[in-house]
Amino acid sequence: MNDPIIKFDKVIKRFGDLTVLDELDFEVGRGEKVSIIGPSGSGKSTVLRILMTLEGIEGGVVTVNGEPLWHEEGPDGLRPASEAHLHKMRTQLGMVFQQFNLFPHMTVLRNITEAPVKVLGLSKAEAKGRAEELLELVGLADQAQKYPHQLSGGQQQRVGIARALAMRPNVLLFDEPTSALDPELVGEVLNVIGRLAEEHDLTMLLVTHEMRFAREISDRVCFFDQGRIREEGTPEELFTDPKEDRTREFLKAVLD
Amino acid sequence: MQLTDYIAPLMQGAWVTVQLTLYSTVLGAMLAFASGIGKLSRNRAINAICVAYIELFRGTSLLVQLFWLYFALPLAGSAMGLDLRLPPVLAGVLALSLNIGAYGAEVVRGAIAAVHQDQREAARALNFTERQTLWDIVIPQAIPEMMPPFGNLAVQNLKDTALVSLISLGDLTFRAEQIRNYTQDSTTIYSMLLVMYFGMALVLTVMMRGLERYVTRWRRARS
Ligand SMILES: Nc1ncnc2c1ncn2[C@@H]1O[C@H](COP(=O)(O)OP(=O)(O)OP(=O)(O)O)[C@@H](O)[C@H]1O
Ligand SMILES: [Mg+2]
Repeated sequence: MNDPIIKFDKVIKRFGDLTVLDELDFEVGRGEKVSIIGPSGSGKSTVLRILMTLEGIEGGVVTVNGEPLWHEEGPDGLRPASEAHLHKMRTQLGMVFQQFNLFPHMTVLRNITEAPVKVLGLSKAEAKGRAEELLELVGLADQAQKYPHQLSGGQQQRVGIARALAMRPNVLLFDEPTSALDPELVGEVLNVIGRLAEEHDLTMLLVTHEMRFAREISDRVCFFDQGRIREEGTPEELFTDPKEDRTREFLKAVLD
Repeated sequence: MQLTDYIAPLMQGAWVTVQLTLYSTVLGAMLAFASGIGKLSRNRAINAICVAYIELFRGTSLLVQLFWLYFALPLAGSAMGLDLRLPPVLAGVLALSLNIGAYGAEVVRGAIAAVHQDQREAARALNFTERQTLWDIVIPQAIPEMMPPFGNLAVQNLKDTALVSLISLGDLTFRAEQIRNYTQDSTTIYSMLLVMYFGMALVLTVMMRGLERYVTRWRRARS
């Protein structure tokens, strides 16, 4: 892949004695929509959390847009990143959480405008304008003054998506965005994500158990197993003709 | 002296008690915030100061703290050539605030620590600085959790004000003692004292509930 926006180069991640990512190599192209599937504990969330700078790494290099994420170029090679560097790098990334993680003490509108105002320095009016457009996009224009607890799970997750988009990230990370939802609310959220996927500029990295959806929207699907990519390919290749036994077993288990 | 003659001096004393409670609760809350947040700081010096303050004032009795501020501090000051004599009101308010501040610090620290990690992660993902995360995201969610224990501390503080009568501050207890010495009518006086403290505690509790409702109003928003 020439000029990937995200690159994991022999990345090692450990929690104590447990090696969660074992020299992971992984790339995502600009504007690419990549789904990550795999069994529980295989390190899918960890990949996203490392990108969102919520978890550090023990070895290797992660680059975002050509710049090391967890390192800075020093006079004699790479050194661990400062908070200032992480702050700068984070402007390119946004994340949608499994449990939504909305701010419960703020209205929907303020959930979306708070960071643009405080972090990006937008005026209140600009931020409000931006938020209203995004609420329109996720179909919640009439819910701006409500508090998160007054919304259904599906509505909350759509606010979560709007909140992340308000920061205008280049890369949007989704960690099982519909896993916490009642089945009848999954569709409305997938709808919104599906529409975002039609945008060519936005790079999307989606961890999901929704195989049909992954197949529909992804350019590429990666099957994670034990901290490595066991198999990857276009949705066609991976879902209809998996090469590896582990992939086949996994797909059989989740599709039944 | 008749029963009705008791009322005026007791009301005067009650007013002093109210003021002492009000000032020391407000100042104590500020100390509680400062030292509770300071205890979570990664700055070693700030952390050490806050821990020392909290432990010192929780580990000694209010009476000793009061006597130390009022009687010992001026002597220590004059030994160093400084005038550290405090007016009784100031000594009383200081001792009460420092004491309630130390207990309140644990409430503040606990409530901040109890805000779910997910909230901090969401804030980090949106690129808030640590300071913004604390003041914008964490503390507003921690304050409702602090309110019930703060209510208890405020009532505790009201009851503790009785101790300042021992440095001859004219609070409710002090006035009651004066009348009792004069009339020897212990039963009536102490009964009135009981009722008046209870009444003030009741009012204070209602006020704290009101404050609690105010800071948790977002939780009660209905569709
Ligand atoms: N903070 C942590 N401390 C210790 N172990 C952790 C921590 N976070 C994750 N792990 C472990 O790392 C492994 C990978 O976790 P990760 O959350 O990335 O898995 P996952 O593929 O997202 O699984 P799931 O489908 O269940 O979400 C798991 O074994 C998990 O228990
Ligand atoms: Mg996960």
